Amino acid sequence: MATATGVYHTSYEADLALRTTRAEWIRLALLFVAVIVAPFVLSPFWLTVANQIGIAIIGAVGLNILTGHTGLISLGTGAFLGVGAYTSAILVTRFDVPTLVAIIIAVAMTAAIGTFFGLPSLRLKGLYLAMATLAAQFILLFAFRNWEFVTGGLDAIVVPSPELFGWALQTDFAWYWVIFGTAALVVFGARNLFRTGLGRAFHAIRDQDIAAAVMGIDVGRYKLLSFAISSALVGLAGALTAHYRTIVTWERFTLDVSVLYLAMIIVGGLGSVAGSVYGATFMTVLPAAIQQFARNVRDTLPVLAREMPAIQLVVFGLVIVLFLLFEPRGLDRTWQRVKDFFRLWPFRY
Amino acid sequence: METFIQLTVTGLANGAILALAALGFVIIFKATGVINFAQGYFLLVGAYVVWAGIVDFGMHWSLAILVALVVAVLVALTTERFVLRPLVGENVISVIMVTIGLAFILQGIVQFIWGTEPRSMPAFIPRGTVAVLGVPLSLNRIWAMLLAGAILAALTLFFQRSRHGIAMRAVADDQQAAMVVGISVRRVFALAWALAAVSAVFAGIIVANLFGVSGEVAVFGLLVFPVVILGGLDSVPGAMIAGAIIGLLITFTAGYVGGGLQQVIPYVVLVLILLFRPYGLFGEVRIERV
Repeated sequence: MATATGVYHTSYEADLALRTTRAEWIRLALLFVAVIVAPFVLSPFWLTVANQIGIAIIGAVGLNILTGHTGLISLGTGAFLGVGAYTSAILVTRFDVPTLVAIIIAVAMTAAIGTFFGLPSLRLKGLYLAMATLAAQFILLFAFRNWEFVTGGLDAIVVPSPELFGWALQTDFAWYWVIFGTAALVVFGARNLFRTGLGRAFHAIRDQDIAAAVMGIDVGRYKLLSFAISSALVGLAGALTAHYRTIVTWERFTLDVSVLYLAMIIVGGLGSVAGSVYGATFMTVLPAAIQQFARNVRDTLPVLAREMPAIQLVVFGLVIVLFLLFEPRGLDRTWQRVKDFFRLWPFRY
Repeated sequence: METFIQLTVTGLANGAILALAALGFVIIFKATGVINFAQGYFLLVGAYVVWAGIVDFGMHWSLAILVALVVAVLVALTTERFVLRPLVGENVISVIMVTIGLAFILQGIVQFIWGTEPRSMPAFIPRGTVAVLGVPLSLNRIWAMLLAGAILAALTLFFQRSRHGIAMRAVADDQQAAMVVGISVRRVFALAWALAAVSAVFAGIIVANLFGVSGEVAVFGLLVFPVVILGGLDSVPGAMIAGAIIGLLITFTAGYVGGGLQQVIPYVVLVLILLFRPYGLFGEVRIERV
């Protein structure tokens, strides 16, 4: 990775800053403007997609903290999203809890359940942990479907649209600001997390757990903390989905969703906050774009439109396989290379 | 008593299929250290190709099985060469995810060619019931048990007696030592995938014969995980015994408890095993602890 030359930090503030060069500030400003302008120019379809991206970003950043930064694989993200969604929905519909409070409780609840299912990580890692979280996925999904007394079983829970400061959150346009405001806070928080001792401990455990223990990191405690923080963010994404979609059904929280989130962080870049954002965007836009494409060619190529679910599956699988084979560090790395190319031009290195 | 015997037979039949599917998984893990999440979809491919061979192309069932074996082995070898080999030495997350990606590709291709409508397998395995000690038992389940047993026995014999089987065990034990004595590790990897595909095709045919040809066949692939963890990831006899245990557990729960609990009970067992005996009943004890 090439870095800009001639950058000297002359104060502690400059040394601590997240962005140091002018190019970085300009890019951030451009991104900011794009996010502000987007809801005014996007069509209703793409505005919905944008909101899904925002929610996916929160979940993907959460999962990346666990899998990318701490090195603990989880196949239970789908179920943890469900825990957040169900908790928040049930609190609002049955106990008339204000939405904001319900979301906070849902986040805490998911963190607790996530930590519980993270307990096997104290003894296991790698593939065995994947199995344990896979079991968590199935057990929780079973609870959503069969614990009718609490979750309503196979029936959907209908959640009323919430109000925020007397402003009814009903349209995609209104939700856009809530979702992206939250996503921005989450990204900013996660970016800073890895500049603290806590985040660095996560990295140490990922890189070499025994060495981390030797350096005085309480590996077990930090693994559970990672599960808690990660599940909390995933729960937040789940709770937001519940209120945004105003409907909660078990079908949204299957193993496929867990895999989708893992695909997001792999495509984006394991262990990179920006990568989670790229991955969440890519993996949400891709199926939407394919769907849009199918709609456009419905008359000219009806076969293609009819076989779309199968094609979606193949494309999804191919994206995962090709990224792992050819860009295992994800879009984050691609972006890095693009920047390097221009910075070093006309030289190769 | 009648229910008990019927449930036992059903459970053992399911267990035999699970053992067969799990065996493919164990062979791959033992030889190459890869956790194959796509195992269930190899069952699916096998079942559909046999179905298409018999129904669409009017082949004799034995020829259709042969074609399915060839197709599955080719898919497995391609996968091993072009997908898994570049990832040798990568971290567990990448390997798991690549096989999951593969599962989606296989599922999509099958769905693209044959659609999602369930079909029934032509009856080349005898159906109907037979009375044993006055208890009516369905014939195809007994056949499933016998077939699976025969294939498991053949594969065990292969591992114990044949040159290639012994080479595979050597590689599983220590790759470098195996190389030193002149075993081609690459060829053993390819052989492992091919064998796994063979056992998956047979498992797929038996599943399809019992439950019809549909996407549901692959569900058996996910039940493989409780089986292999219970039996020990690298143990062939473990896979067989654990297959029987999980199969019986599922049918007994379905028969005596009900309420859909049978769907989740294997995973509860999985968690318990992971907590108390992560290397399973017969697996080699080499869990890393931190």
